[in-house]
Amino acid sequence: MFKFFNPYRIFKINSILQKIVFFCFITVLTVGLVEALFLSPEDYLQKDSVRIMYVHVPAAWISLGIFCLIALISVSVFLFKNKNLILISKSFAPSGILFTLIALVTGSIWGKPTWGTWWAWDARITSMLILFILYALYILSFRTFKDPDKSNKISSIIAIFGAINIPIIKFSVDWWNTLHQPASISLTEKSAIHSSMLIPLIIMTAAFALFSVLIFLMKYNTELIKIKNKGLKRL
Amino acid sequence: MYGKKVKLRFLFLSLILIVLILTTYLVLKSLEDNVVYFISPSDIKELGEINYNKKYRVGGMVKKNSVSMSTDQVNFVITDFKNEIKVKFSGVIPNLFAEDKGVVAEGFLQDRNFLNALKILAKHDENYIPPEVKEALEEK
Repeated sequence: MFKFFNPYRIFKINSILQKIVFFCFITVLTVGLVEALFLSPEDYLQKDSVRIMYVHVPAAWISLGIFCLIALISVSVFLFKNKNLILISKSFAPSGILFTLIALVTGSIWGKPTWGTWWAWDARITSMLILFILYALYILSFRTFKDPDKSNKISSIIAIFGAINIPIIKFSVDWWNTLHQPASISLTEKSAIHSSMLIPLIIMTAAFALFSVLIFLMKYNTELIKIKNKGLKRL
Repeated sequence: MYGKKVKLRFLFLSLILIVLILTTYLVLKSLEDNVVYFISPSDIKELGEINYNKKYRVGGMVKKNSVSMSTDQVNFVITDFKNEIKVKFSGVIPNLFAEDKGVVAEGFLQDRNFLNALKILAKHDENYIPPEVKEALEEK
């Protein structure tokens, strides 16, 4: 068991996986961008501004998904005291914060021509900003506290408590009056996005997911190198 | 299956989370007036007392055939299909502002039926439809 999860072995597998994921990412992203920017139709009301959605919505989804993952891993770290897992959640954080930022910025760019404002303090946008701050705190906790036991504890607390923000983000548009529109896609009802626009949206989501996996693998390998430099055989 | 320590930690974590969720719920509930981005014309009717020096954000649909534009001013009616409020505004109108579409107007209330708007935001709905499909839908 320990031989199988040997850091050096994982490092080698990671390096190979990185190349495969990178190739897949470039392919899917190219197809997605061509679909989103050229092949998909414009919206009857927003015209070409609708194309911002193909970046905004996948980025928001992925940023929420990664935070859920980090929170779940943090719970199991707290329960089983497994330090290997914390490296995984730590390595997911950079792509999470990146996609939160992308969602906020593209939303702002979309808001100006459609709503008529760059920013509104409505529930959805504010809770998304809080998510960004939570990600920042999570990443900073590893840098601030040099002692691994301490930083593991504090980062887990941030992730577990911060997870309460996730349902607030998701349901903010249903619970309160917001400027942000309600969800267009749900598991139970028919999508309010026309199928010709849904396809590029799904492809772009796949591309962003591959990108987060790629960044994760790279970051995870860096963490493994750090362990090697410390001269530890295992964690 | 799991050790005693794990069970204890699980219990501890669940308790903390339940307390935290309750706290968040109560905080958000008490702050509801601040969390909602706009109020509806019906809410205006139900307001206990109107503060004439406070900015209100009123949202709803722009009533059909209610928009009248002159050179420096636009008048329209916001409706939530139960109550209505008249709005006067002079300034830049967002692109997506149209009859039968969502709108949020921010400004001072003159009385319960009239709002002097300082800012207008268009609210987009959750539908994304290509123009040809929209035309086909309307023909039906």
